[in-house]
Amino acid sequence: MYAALWRILPGPWWLRLLIVLVAVAAVLYGLFFYVFPWVSLLITPDEVDLG
Amino acid sequence: MTASAMPLTRREHRQRRQRQRSRATFASVFGELLLTAGVLVMLFVAWQMWIGDIIISAQNNSAGQAVSDEWANQQPPEPPPVVDDGEGSTWYEPPVLEHPESGATFAQMHVPRFGSDYNVQVAGGTSRPVTLDNGWIGVYDQSVMPGQVGNFSVAGHRTTWGFPLNRIDKLKLDDAIVIETPEGWYTYRFRTLQYVTPDSVDVLLDVPQVPEVATGERYMTLTACSPLYSLAERIVGYSVFEGFQPRSEGPPASLDPVAEVASPSW
Repeated sequence: MYAALWRILPGPWWLRLLIVLVAVAAVLYGLFFYVFPWVSLLITPDEVDLG
Repeated sequence: MTASAMPLTRREHRQRRQRQRSRATFASVFGELLLTAGVLVMLFVAWQMWIGDIIISAQNNSAGQAVSDEWANQQPPEPPPVVDDGEGSTWYEPPVLEHPESGATFAQMHVPRFGSDYNVQVAGGTSRPVTLDNGWIGVYDQSVMPGQVGNFSVAGHRTTWGFPLNRIDKLKLDDAIVIETPEGWYTYRFRTLQYVTPDSVDVLLDVPQVPEVATGERYMTLTACSPLYSLAERIVGYSVFEGFQPRSEGPPASLDPVAEVASPSW
């Protein structure tokens, strides 16, 4: 799957690497700022207690 | 190796690699999806324990700074009356605030020991989803309001959700805890820490842990979880009221940065 993804990417290896790094950074940003805060709301127990 | 031999060798390598390339099977795709899921879960744990708190506390501090800036740009309200004790010392009578609704923000908390950028919103109630899980400081329902006689008692997360009280155990004697409102600044001075069990609600009494005693003093009590990442105990920080500075006089000296800013505990 990831090997196929690597093959689809255009350009020489350093350009592919650059694209992958940018994509990973974008995914991490989305996870850290949007997805994980949302997930943490879903899995919070409804106790009135401190953490 | 001569320069002319290079292209041939590279092409050979490429051809060999292409021959070795295996097609993606169901098992290989499934395996890679499982690996991805594992990485995602570990990333989530890293976010929950560490990265998220850095992000959320920075966001909360800048949101708090926006509120402070807004108040600073308003026309300062009339300063409260000056009290004279007849023995040469005078002070401003701290304005009485209304107890906020659950989840309603009404003040900003500054603690120079936690950094000069530390600026956390204070809201009513200690419900987790409504107040505390925003990374805010929550005022207990039975608490008096800042500057009043009795115990101004608040709660905040020690870990996760922007960990506003993460560094409570690093407060030092006489450290300033400043509550900012549109009227001005209420300064408390830190006294001591105590570790109690979660059912020790008498730390919230007017005189903490001394039932049925009236007081003329003005205390502040911070409560958070202890130990880190646990609900087993509570860490309690007591402070005493120092004074109120109206906005027309500008920020109080208690907000001055301290030399040794406490670093977070993970």
